[in-house]
Amino acid sequence: MVEEAPQKKPRVGLFVTCLVDLFRPSVGFAAIRLLEQAGCTVEVPEAQTCCGQPAYNSGDFADTKDIARNTIRAFEGFDYVVAPSGSCAGMLREHYAELFKEDAEWGPRAHHVGHRTYELVSFLVDVMGMKGVEAHFDGTVTYHDSCSGLRELGVKQQPRSLLGSVEGLKLKELPGAETCCGFGGTFCIKYPDISDRMVSDKADDIVKTGAETLLAGDLGCLLNMAGKLKRRGEKVQVRHVAEVLAGMTDQPAIGEPGRGS
Amino acid sequence: MQPTSHSFKENAHTALHDERLQRALGNMRAGFQDKRRAAIDKLPEFEALRDQGRDIKNHTLAHLDYYLERFERRVTENGGHVHWARTPQEAREKILEICRSVEAKTVTKGKSMIAEEIALNDFLEESGIEPIETDLGEYIIQIRKEPPSHIIAPAVHLNQSDVEESFRKIHTDLPADRPLSEPRQLLDEARAKLRNRFIKADVGITGANFLIAETGSTVIVTNEGNGDLTQTLPRIHIVLASLEKTVPTLEDAATIMRLLARSATGQEMSVYTTFSTGPRRPEDLDGPEQFHVVLLDNGRSAMLGTEFQEMLRCIRCSACMNHCPVYSVVGGHAYGWVYPGPMGAVLTPTLVGVEEAGHLPNASTFCGRCESVCPMRIPLPKMMRHWRKREYERKLSPAPYRSGLALWAFFAKRPALYQRLTGIAMKLLGRFGRDKGRFRSLPLAGGWTSVRDMPAPQGRTFQELYREKKGAA
Repeated sequence: MVEEAPQKKPRVGLFVTCLVDLFRPSVGFAAIRLLEQAGCTVEVPEAQTCCGQPAYNSGDFADTKDIARNTIRAFEGFDYVVAPSGSCAGMLREHYAELFKEDAEWGPRAHHVGHRTYELVSFLVDVMGMKGVEAHFDGTVTYHDSCSGLRELGVKQQPRSLLGSVEGLKLKELPGAETCCGFGGTFCIKYPDISDRMVSDKADDIVKTGAETLLAGDLGCLLNMAGKLKRRGEKVQVRHVAEVLAGMTDQPAIGEPGRGS
Repeated sequence: MQPTSHSFKENAHTALHDERLQRALGNMRAGFQDKRRAAIDKLPEFEALRDQGRDIKNHTLAHLDYYLERFERRVTENGGHVHWARTPQEAREKILEICRSVEAKTVTKGKSMIAEEIALNDFLEESGIEPIETDLGEYIIQIRKEPPSHIIAPAVHLNQSDVEESFRKIHTDLPADRPLSEPRQLLDEARAKLRNRFIKADVGITGANFLIAETGSTVIVTNEGNGDLTQTLPRIHIVLASLEKTVPTLEDAATIMRLLARSATGQEMSVYTTFSTGPRRPEDLDGPEQFHVVLLDNGRSAMLGTEFQEMLRCIRCSACMNHCPVYSVVGGHAYGWVYPGPMGAVLTPTLVGVEEAGHLPNASTFCGRCESVCPMRIPLPKMMRHWRKREYERKLSPAPYRSGLALWAFFAKRPALYQRLTGIAMKLLGRFGRDKGRFRSLPLAGGWTSVRDMPAPQGRTFQELYREKKGAA
């Protein structure tokens, strides 16, 4: 499965992301399984919370820097940092360096970590050379390209190429897949009216594809879209792409009734 | 124009519930996006051109004083006049003075966002001079007494039937039963109405897409030809432009022009591109007797050397608003001032103050599409974030939001405490949410649950489960 992978098993630090940690741990375990399949050893540093975006995008750069320093400290020993989210990976990769660009000590450390940080699926394909996965999923899925992954990190073909290798899965492209779903972190709470219209338009497009399952690579967008689809009583199931790629779809889909623990 | 950016939320609410507006916006969206895509797909060097355009503007802005002085010198050599205006007031008064020097009664205008910025029409009217907009979109909103809602398509918020209704109301000298249901009929009627105005006007005012330092020329691009008539028929041509429109050479202007129309309307070139270099010379067949350039600063020079300098690269193509998911559902009027969409979200606070326009840089999901289509590679989200930073530092953001953020940050900075607390919280939430898998309402999450369900967490946090697993292994 893995071609031209690095000689030594790369040590990957998993940046779980706060939403995966709190809302959907199964995505974290799916990420671990995929990374191990690709030939990595995976560790999860305990000293992580959130990448700091809520503070950063609210203009609170002081708190963002404190949080970023924690993250950098926790992850600078790894060969790679991988996050099951384009938005958080983009934060570490693009924005930490920007935050510390005038800081002689932290600037280089931020750069060091940032350059080793990847979104999960793009890491599997672009760095580990993964061509396919050994998973089975019956049904038609559609895929939403979350904004940060798409535009900050160029995540576009990678999930489609891996999804193409999932046995039984049929991908139906979503019209307007590159249009924001209206989540936008704190935007969705600060401007609920506008966010509602955006996610409603998105829900219309999703339903029109006729796909049974909606996938994306960012839990923020997924919670938003699932929340709208469920409020409208739609049957579409919503999952993180890693769950399907790892063959770990035993948990109820996002927003569906079922176990807790 | 009196800004209403502070009531962005209310404006947006009204817009979202205005069915006619929503129809007009729906028509707009796909058109602009598809046409741009198609035009760019046909030009393999588009990305390289973007780099060139960015570099030209960066160079100009780094030496703006030099190029502005050079431009002034060349205009004067060509027999024209340059007037420097620091404020809208100074610009308006200069224009009035020029108009009064020929006892002007009417002024024709080509589309100019700067004229909107300095509220020129109201001022001229109050001074007894009738301004007539000659761009079809501008003409329509002028007779409706509305501000523009888009910088290149000022009446994009209107449907054809809105225009028909306005024409019937204003053009009362025409037969009431005339057919007006076709776009062509509307266009012909506006053209007939404007024709006499062009000939009678004493002064023509246009904006400028470029000011060329090398030659002292000003350039306007239009699709209707109204700009040409505005600047060649009257005795006086006034060009009203802001400082940052300057480029060093003709070739630079040509380079950026290759980006402009493609980004704006998906055209390879706009239908008319008109260069004006001074007043009519003795051997010329037409052209104005006097040529004036009013150069407006209005806060631009104060952006130099700040985190907002890159905004001065903007060429007003509107690609950002044509692709912005927020603009495309609320329309331009919601932004409450002359410049809407992402470019307005950065520019408006610099021009009218962040106290007035603080909502605009906040009302973005940072989806980044604006930056990805900006021909001048302006990092719009980054600059919106800088506004948020200034707001935050000056404690202008709402207090409950700030204290919520502070509480969250307190825990986010303390991983051990954070994990203990979130572990308990998620266990509770997971237990309550298990039966339905989601919440219809949640305390403290009203902004979320007012419009969508909150999916329930699985119950245990990843960190807890991972520790457990590792302990067992």
